[in-house]
Amino acid sequence: MRLKANIATSENGFIFNPSTGDSFTSNGIASEILALMKSGETEEKIKQKILDRYEVESFQLEKDWDDYMQQLKEANLLDL
Amino acid sequence: MKQKYERPSIKKMNTGFMNKFGTRTDFDPVKEISGVSIKSLIADYGSPVFVLSEKQIRKNYQSAARSFKTRYPKVQFAWSYKTNYLNAVCKIFHQEGSWAEVVSGFEYHKALGNGVAGNQIIFNGPDKKEADLILAIENHSSIHIDHFDELYQIIRICEQIDKKAKVAIRVNFDTGTYPIWDRFGFNYENGQAWTAINKIISAKNLVLTGLHCHIGTFMLSTSAYAVAANKLCELAMRCKVELQNPIQYLDLGGGFPSTNTLKGAYLPGVDTVPSVEEFADAITNTILSFGFTADELPLLILECGRVLIDDAGYLIGSVVANKRLSDGRRATIMDFGINILFTSNWYDHKISVAQEAGQYTEDTVLFGPLCMNVDVVRESITLPLLEPKDNVVVHKVGAYNMTQWMQFINMRPAVVLIDQNAKCHLIRKPETLEYLEMMEQLPDYLK
Repeated sequence: MRLKANIATSENGFIFNPSTGDSFTSNGIASEILALMKSGETEEKIKQKILDRYEVESFQLEKDWDDYMQQLKEANLLDL
Repeated sequence: MKQKYERPSIKKMNTGFMNKFGTRTDFDPVKEISGVSIKSLIADYGSPVFVLSEKQIRKNYQSAARSFKTRYPKVQFAWSYKTNYLNAVCKIFHQEGSWAEVVSGFEYHKALGNGVAGNQIIFNGPDKKEADLILAIENHSSIHIDHFDELYQIIRICEQIDKKAKVAIRVNFDTGTYPIWDRFGFNYENGQAWTAINKIISAKNLVLTGLHCHIGTFMLSTSAYAVAANKLCELAMRCKVELQNPIQYLDLGGGFPSTNTLKGAYLPGVDTVPSVEEFADAITNTILSFGFTADELPLLILECGRVLIDDAGYLIGSVVANKRLSDGRRATIMDFGINILFTSNWYDHKISVAQEAGQYTEDTVLFGPLCMNVDVVRESITLPLLEPKDNVVVHKVGAYNMTQWMQFINMRPAVVLIDQNAKCHLIRKPETLEYLEMMEQLPDYLK
């Protein structure tokens, strides 16, 4: 899963899609994952970083990751 | 040390008209009810569980009684059993001084079982069984007649058992609100109520003691009560002047709203619902200024239910699962649904989280646990991000849920009363399969 190249993100969680004009807010982890995706990190590495940094079990993260990718897809932010 | 986790979530920002009241900010967790922690309630009684606060019940009653008694000399409340007929609840209202207002035979027997004197039971409703009517006549209860068939039935019973019945009629009228509740009682405008009164006066075994009305439910208009009180007063005065039968009491029924928010309402209930004091003003000013002399003033009876119990009741529940719907909306499945929260059909109930949560929120559909498409608790609610096993508190559920609840797919849960010293009492056990099958019988050929 890759973020579309033209998606603009800010450190405080604001997301802007210049193609559609849509903007979004995101919580801390969502914006952290977006930043890692933008920097080109692989899915496995991003997940490992989240596991290292946060109090979360891997099965929980796995479930939430799928849901998050669904949200990004619905929001038209992914390069499919 | 690792940081606290919250599942990743994004929310689309919509342009358009701003909400002039701003976004909601009351996402603070509710961790206790009347001094008892939510966690301990769930640990002791399971989830879901209904919780009632005795302190709040008594406070509501005393406040409502004060609103009327400081404005009118003769006031009597009668607890509306159908609103919540758990014996512990009824007993609290009776301790406070309430009579009982019942609408069926089993409610009548419940009131007797709760120690209410027969002459302090008001028997309403369109379907009173013959045996219950006989009992009510013998106990000198006030029977509020709903229709002519019942009137003639009571005349016949009185002749058969050679007793006098203490009766009132329920009157319906146009109070300027819609819909007119004309399915109950005798109509005022078309003269039916006056005809019924005349028939009662001419029946040797019936004593007309009162006039009753109940103009609607969750009434948001105080002026409708002023109209109702005025029309009852007119009938009472006619009874005295034309029939030489003074009326002892006027029963204005119930129907006062709680501060729940009705579905489709633009503003929350707490901002729009008139207070009991405003209803008391409308009713008592009308009666006091009608023209009765001081010693003729009738007793004013009120059958309030919802307004006295709704905000004393809570439903604690837990998250079963999260999912995402086909259009991308978040959905959360709770362990309670319309099976035990009947009032979610009427209200957008306020729901709070019961544990610390992050500041980030999302719009969610709240589903119940039933395998039925209609089982929706809230079609859209903004809540902090919930996880399975998280707990929530549904507010203002004390009225009608513990009487209209269903044993359907899931059993009915426990009901706990928190007394005034913050001590918990189980007042209704959670149902079991054994209880459910108690009334079943299996034909021999199927054994």
